Amino acid sequence: MSKTIQRPGDTIFRGLAQSAAFVILVTLAAVALFLTAKGIPGITADADQVKHGTTFATFVIPLVFGTLWAALLALVFATPIAIGVALFISHYAPRRLSGPIGYVIDLLAAVPSVVFGAWGMMTLAPAMQGPYAWLEENLGFIPLFAGPASSTGRTMLTAALVLAIMILPIMTALCREIFLQTPRLNEEAALALGATRWEMVRMSVFPHAKSGIISAAMLSLGRALGETMAVAMVLSASGIITFNVISSTNPSTIAANIALSFNEASGLTVNALIATGLVLFVITFAVNFAARLLIGSPKRAKGAKK
Amino acid sequence: MTSLLTRPAAPSAGPPSLNRPAGRRPLPQGLTAAIWATSGLALATGFLTDLGGARGFGLAWLIAMLVPLASLVFEGRRKATDRFVTVLVVTAFMIAVIPLVSILSTVIAKGAPVLSAEFFTTSMRNVVGEGGGIQHAMLGTLIITGFATLISVPIGLFAAIYLIEYSDGGPTARGLRFLTDVMTGIPSIVAGLFAYALFVLIFGEGIRMGLGGAVALSVLMIPVVIRSSEEMLKLVPNELREASWALGVSRWRTIVKVVLPTALAGIVTGVTLAIARVIGETAPLLIIAGMTDSVNTNPLDGRMATLPVFAYSALMNPGVPPQPSIDRAWGAALTLLIIVMLLNLVARGISYLFSPAQRR
Repeated sequence: MSKTIQRPGDTIFRGLAQSAAFVILVTLAAVALFLTAKGIPGITADADQVKHGTTFATFVIPLVFGTLWAALLALVFATPIAIGVALFISHYAPRRLSGPIGYVIDLLAAVPSVVFGAWGMMTLAPAMQGPYAWLEENLGFIPLFAGPASSTGRTMLTAALVLAIMILPIMTALCREIFLQTPRLNEEAALALGATRWEMVRMSVFPHAKSGIISAAMLSLGRALGETMAVAMVLSASGIITFNVISSTNPSTIAANIALSFNEASGLTVNALIATGLVLFVITFAVNFAARLLIGSPKRAKGAKK
Repeated sequence: MTSLLTRPAAPSAGPPSLNRPAGRRPLPQGLTAAIWATSGLALATGFLTDLGGARGFGLAWLIAMLVPLASLVFEGRRKATDRFVTVLVVTAFMIAVIPLVSILSTVIAKGAPVLSAEFFTTSMRNVVGEGGGIQHAMLGTLIITGFATLISVPIGLFAAIYLIEYSDGGPTARGLRFLTDVMTGIPSIVAGLFAYALFVLIFGEGIRMGLGGAVALSVLMIPVVIRSSEEMLKLVPNELREASWALGVSRWRTIVKVVLPTALAGIVTGVTLAIARVIGETAPLLIIAGMTDSVNTNPLDGRMATLPVFAYSALMNPGVPPQPSIDRAWGAALTLLIIVMLLNLVARGISYLFSPAQRR
């Protein structure tokens, strides 16, 4: 190593770059810190000091339930479709078509959430009234469809459907990337042994993609947990805990509840709402953290093989 | 790939092939094509006539299911399963496209009649019932997104430069990348609450401010800018850097004069896509920027309307009579959708025009 000349320009530029990178750390820490600082008075507030009139735990538990329930339903709807579309793009569609088809799905990702909310509220919800009545009549013995069916269609199932559509593009994109990474030789070996296309996918693509699909699902779950507007606009919420997905009384989600009540809130109610935001932040952070750890591991395995 | 699957045709007079049991004949080509065509026809009929899209879709699906059924009769279980999965995969794609078509057609059908010169040039100040427009919301969106871009692009770009040009890929860089990924997952409403909590410390309770909206959007935008700029800086060949260093050019001038210009088109594309992503954000702006009926061009002075929040509140609190407000909401939604689509088009256009790899 020879002696390097230190130029002042270099020092300044390096400092700028370093501090910009440091900003990420500071921002994340600040988000956690400010939400905690503003949230704690809301957590410790007495029942008569806040608008919702209960202690924080009784207030937040139905919201946490609603958040997880809506996101889970959305995930259940979106996962098979996303895997199917990703397979269609990566292994089934003619190569010339797969690019444009990818763009079409990406278009869905570009639609603003408020447009999804408006569509869910004004188009999807009215269209679902008939199916909900049918579900109550014919499948009412299942607790999920116990009814009474909502007359507006603004139910948990509708909200979950909109959420599923919203997480579909990101999930499809992630699954597509994973499917395309299948070693070409494995696929060709399967085909050469006489496997049909589906057998090839089942025997060479899916085993390779399993952990990737799981982390894609978890990342999408993180999205669905934090999605605000679609739920706020579609769901008619009443702060109860129920698994019934077609009635007009539904648990709200944390994000939707904040959006709906923040502007009318004052005093300690604001702090309580910020505290629910902190809970949401912790939940999504944990989900994303776990998903990223999962994504990180196959890469390491690949490096070790080389 | 398909050619690998087709078995060679057995000679008609020869002994029966071992791997094709008696009674297994190839599916007649015309039959599959005919079934697919009928299925497509049913789908088109559903959308174009009174039959309805849902019924047409169901009918088309049932008809398409004839393919695996016929295959089961002609070719046996394995090929039938394969064809069944093919139908399922195509169905998944169709199911994914239905909401997209429905959303676009709803927004265009309900929003297009509302758009007019007056709609874009008037605010909602003193408007009750019909009339009024979204001038205030458009200006607010422009200002807030503009400030968010001004905050995010320098930070995001410099952070990417640090990660690619300066860090040695050690634990610090890996940790920062990981945090960037985690930051991408922050729910937008949490970003809004963060901006509120931050501005309350400075300005006191109940603060609403356009700049707060810009800060909230920056929290969402910075990780996106970092990731896309990082990808673009990675693509710059190392030979260019080394050539520049060999000529005695300092490190920072190499970055400014060689690396950044090479990656510029990609970076601009990434920034445009990042803007397109945050311009439609509603939740954080609802919290910190609030809503107002008048034009407000000062980001430091009180509530500022934005397109998404305008659409939201016009739908949720339409007032009496509700219809004019709902119409305006759809007009705002369509305007927003057009802006987002244009930004996406611009981004794709830039990357197409300036990337030599794509032109080849």
